[in-house]
Amino acid sequence: MNPSAPAAFKADHQTQMPPEARAQRALSSFAREFGALTALRMESCIHCGMCADACHFYIATEDPKYTPIWKVEPFKQAYKRESGPFAPLYRLFGLKKEVTTAELEQWQELLFDSCNLCGRCSLICPMGIDVATLIEQARHAMFDAGLAPTELHDAARRQELFGEPWESKEPYLKKLAELGRAHQVAIPVDLPQADVLLLVSGVEIDRYPAQVAALAKVMAHLGVKATFRSDALFAENMAYFTGARDWQRNISEYVIREAVKVGAKTVIVPECGHAYTALRWEAAELHGAKLPFAVQHITEFLADALKAGTLRLRKAEGGSVTFHDPCQLVRRGGVMDAPRALMKALDLDLRELKNKQGFSYCCAGGGGVLMIERAKELRYRAVAPKLHEIDATGAQQLLTSCSGCRASFEDAADHFHWNKKPASLLELVANHLA
Amino acid sequence: MDLLSFARGPALQFALVVFFIGVAWRIVGITLLRTGRLLSEPRTSLGKALFGGFVTMGSRSWPHPEFVGRTGAGEALGYSYHIGLFIVVLAFGPHIQTWAGFLGFDWPALPSGVITIISVITFALLLAVLFRRLTHRVLRLLSNFDDYFSWFITTLVIVTGLLATAHFGARYETLLGLHVLSFDVLLLWFPFGKLMHAFYIMPSRAINGYLLARKGAPS
Repeated sequence: MNPSAPAAFKADHQTQMPPEARAQRALSSFAREFGALTALRMESCIHCGMCADACHFYIATEDPKYTPIWKVEPFKQAYKRESGPFAPLYRLFGLKKEVTTAELEQWQELLFDSCNLCGRCSLICPMGIDVATLIEQARHAMFDAGLAPTELHDAARRQELFGEPWESKEPYLKKLAELGRAHQVAIPVDLPQADVLLLVSGVEIDRYPAQVAALAKVMAHLGVKATFRSDALFAENMAYFTGARDWQRNISEYVIREAVKVGAKTVIVPECGHAYTALRWEAAELHGAKLPFAVQHITEFLADALKAGTLRLRKAEGGSVTFHDPCQLVRRGGVMDAPRALMKALDLDLRELKNKQGFSYCCAGGGGVLMIERAKELRYRAVAPKLHEIDATGAQQLLTSCSGCRASFEDAADHFHWNKKPASLLELVANHLA
Repeated sequence: MDLLSFARGPALQFALVVFFIGVAWRIVGITLLRTGRLLSEPRTSLGKALFGGFVTMGSRSWPHPEFVGRTGAGEALGYSYHIGLFIVVLAFGPHIQTWAGFLGFDWPALPSGVITIISVITFALLLAVLFRRLTHRVLRLLSNFDDYFSWFITTLVIVTGLLATAHFGARYETLLGLHVLSFDVLLLWFPFGKLMHAFYIMPSRAINGYLLARKGAPS
């Protein structure tokens, strides 16, 4: 089990423990979370290798170690040796070797740097294995063994402890108030009662303040009683990337508590993909009960308003556009039609990508990869097929509905001197309210 | 007791016992594990989600159009030899007689000549599958003993069957004994290796399809 990983790969470590204890910790953690579904996924793989053909990391590099199912190989091996129905036979005949800490250290690159948790591989598998979920579970085990990338670990820890994922000299609430003034829009914060709890991503506040202003503007336009809450400002859940399950739950609880406190019927996730997965599809399971409110992505909320006739839009001026479907919203989240309903209402000249909606290629920054410094070069290689596809549409403008994707494309544009600047669908909507 | 009697008698009985107990154990071993409760609010009704699971059982039989260019040839190769095996197992006269012994009824057979041609093609396809596994960088990395032994034992059954039909290389009874014995070994190996995918494929597709349809996501 020696991937063709560069010998120079140096894994990050957290938590002091003897080296040999890390593997044990990782495998016990994996076993703890183990259920019938995971076992079925582990057992079903026929080693057909097709998942490689769905993965942009493999397509761009042609390095077989980036085959999605190979990324969980140590855990497959450990399952068969330690937990599977024939585990005693595997051990007796030495059919599966014990997984070592050194192997897991090498796998840190495969599980974190070269996987966006985008789930494209889960759509190609002829056995129907959800490989992305297996990788997510393997990340939990890696975190428990102190083997997560430092950038992800530190951001998740900061958010779990202080509610804020990013370090900032200036308090975020102050930044929020300033951006409201700059864009001449009232930003509602800490209203005691509201129908809608709004969240914002730190990336939006720091890089795309107009996107935050757009959110406040459309809420005001629709006459929705909505508020941000200072105790649950952020949409991000950095622990989702890191694999820190308990932290992920605690971060979700910030939002759940505040939503209940203000009596919100709906919590709106802004243009942030992973935040949607974490709150819409994973928070209730971690919370241990159904959430007492609905979770909607902003594009879903606006598409509903469009359908109800409360949102009316003017025709957007400008040239042709293409749309990048964020993986966590579409392929893994099911927000299929809302963005296109909005673009239709804006009467955009939409030039669809060859691989769109559920089959869209990832921006290569998802899954926390954008934050991992050492993964930068690999990320640039992995995003290249997507950039070519965007160029092939001939569209003048790239739109998306995830600030992480937007940041990832912007970074790639700087690197490749690419001539497109990604823009926010929400901003476009806010600028064309009728 | 000669080889054929042994292969058809105690060896087959033992192999069948191991096969049934092994398969049951491997399935029970999974189903006894806990299943987490889904608490997030589904986007679709239960009926639609279940229908999504049902549809995925069939739809994953062929790649989505977006993937065909990269995987269509490999998948077609895989299906081809599976189809060949099914035809030989289910439409060859002597095999039908064996089935009839278990089931109590039979069905029309294809002519032996046709079965021989299909068997030869299936053997050639199996060689192509092995060549691909040995030369494709992803398959080479993923492959282990299970992959090669499962290929070997499947191919051995085909080869011994062809030799027995052709009466080539030894007495017919000996060749037939080897053919049945190789099938016994396949039955013995079945629960322990990847041949189990025959039992996993539909539940795995159905569950994934259901979970994705529950979210309103494509499956």
